[in-house]
Amino acid sequence: MPEVWARLEDVSIRYGPKVVMQNLSLDIVDGAITCIIGLSGAGKSTILRLLNGLKRPDAGRVFVRGQEISTLRERDLISIRQTIGFSFQFAALFDSLTIGENVALPLREHTKMSGEEIDKLVSETLESVGLGNVESRYPSELSGGMVKRAGFARAVISNPQCVLYDEPTTGLDPIITHILTNTIKKLRDRLNGTAVVVSHDLGSIYMMADYVAMLFEGAIIAYGTVDELRRSPNPIVQQFLQGSEVGPIPI
Amino acid sequence: MSALEDVGRDTATFLEYAGGVANLIGESATFIGRLRIRVNETFSQAYLLGVNSWTIVLLTSLFTGMVFSLESAVQAVQYGIGNLVGGVVAFTTARELGPMLTAVVVAGRAGAAIAAEFGSMVVTEQIEALQSLGLSPIRMLVVPRLVALIVMLPILTVFGDIISVLGGMLVANIYANISYDSFLASVRSTLPFGDVVRGLVKSLVFAVIIVAIGSYQGLNTRGGAAGVGKATTGAVVTSIILIFIFNFALSYILFRQNA
Repeated sequence: MPEVWARLEDVSIRYGPKVVMQNLSLDIVDGAITCIIGLSGAGKSTILRLLNGLKRPDAGRVFVRGQEISTLRERDLISIRQTIGFSFQFAALFDSLTIGENVALPLREHTKMSGEEIDKLVSETLESVGLGNVESRYPSELSGGMVKRAGFARAVISNPQCVLYDEPTTGLDPIITHILTNTIKKLRDRLNGTAVVVSHDLGSIYMMADYVAMLFEGAIIAYGTVDELRRSPNPIVQQFLQGSEVGPIPI
Repeated sequence: MSALEDVGRDTATFLEYAGGVANLIGESATFIGRLRIRVNETFSQAYLLGVNSWTIVLLTSLFTGMVFSLESAVQAVQYGIGNLVGGVVAFTTARELGPMLTAVVVAGRAGAAIAAEFGSMVVTEQIEALQSLGLSPIRMLVVPRLVALIVMLPILTVFGDIISVLGGMLVANIYANISYDSFLASVRSTLPFGDVVRGLVKSLVFAVIIVAIGSYQGLNTRGGAAGVGKATTGAVVTSIILIFIFNFALSYILFRQNA
């Protein structure tokens, strides 16, 4: 049995009258890349927010490395969050800071490293995601793909145990998508940690996923390796993978 | 039944809002008490929120002092009490108009800027990004603005008080032939220094209101661009209403003996 990094146990979430999750349970395997797929608005990004305490479940429990985080106070979540990197869908870099300052921020705030050490590590981390000499530029001066990679760099600079990626390749051309997918794999190998990726991009998922979970109507309806998912007899899974309009998924 | 439900819902909303603002002020005070203040950011905010507001404070204070003098000087001279005009202008400015008007114009400028900036950061997930890095948005964003405005609003108020009195003095001289010496002598004899200080105590409270309301509205923005606009408008309107209410309460508490 592979070791579990995080566990969602009977989690329910509703936004107003809309039920987003209903008794959802999911294990995130330690050291693996787990991809979460599902229709738009199915609650995939909410799963990422549950895993680092940005969102609390209305019912159910969330465990990270065996510790229940769903009941922790905000101040107690800080130490947990320092072990989890989060790459946001639109990178969420701070507009008023340069790329270098953005990437350095967690180190400046949480470590006693000297300015020179931080600058060196920032350069190395940006190089590792394929960005050189952009430290002094502002997010608004970079392309979408470069901003996403800068977001990756900020997420991984503290050597987190796990990195959460929210739609890392959405809206990017196939070449940049390929590069970013490889970057996620390289970063996982470099950190020797866990990654959870929310994506619609099946090509990327087939390239990088160790495990895939499909979310549909508030529950995980399929879970397994890429091959297992492809062979799934579930007509909902098959319709989603084939991108077909015809099938049990209501359009 | 539905009216009762409405009242209940509105009461719950009000209590949630008031509790949220009180919580934000409490958390900020805790960070300030522990001296967990980002010094460079605080200086930067003092410049943006305070120094950059000087022209708007100058103009509003100048014309308020001038119109006050315009309305009172001629009649005062007719009644033979022209030598009191300076005192009346200074007294009213230092105790009421100066702190309140300065706070209102700063709420319109700085309060709106805070709400819009934080609202945009919510919409673009930058606030969540801060939290995901294990950083508190209160410490990183609210505390520097709060400390900056607590320092800068009293300074702007003193500046506004002086400009208002000078404007009143100019108009009293031109319009009612009250000499500068007579005007200033009236100011000195009528305005106790303690009243100026108590006026500045008001400014401290108004600074907390402006930053707390702007921050709370901004950090609780829902929706996209429309949500940011709503948060910004809400911040300005709520701050100004609270400034008027607290001005009355503070005048009652601070100046009760004199009254």
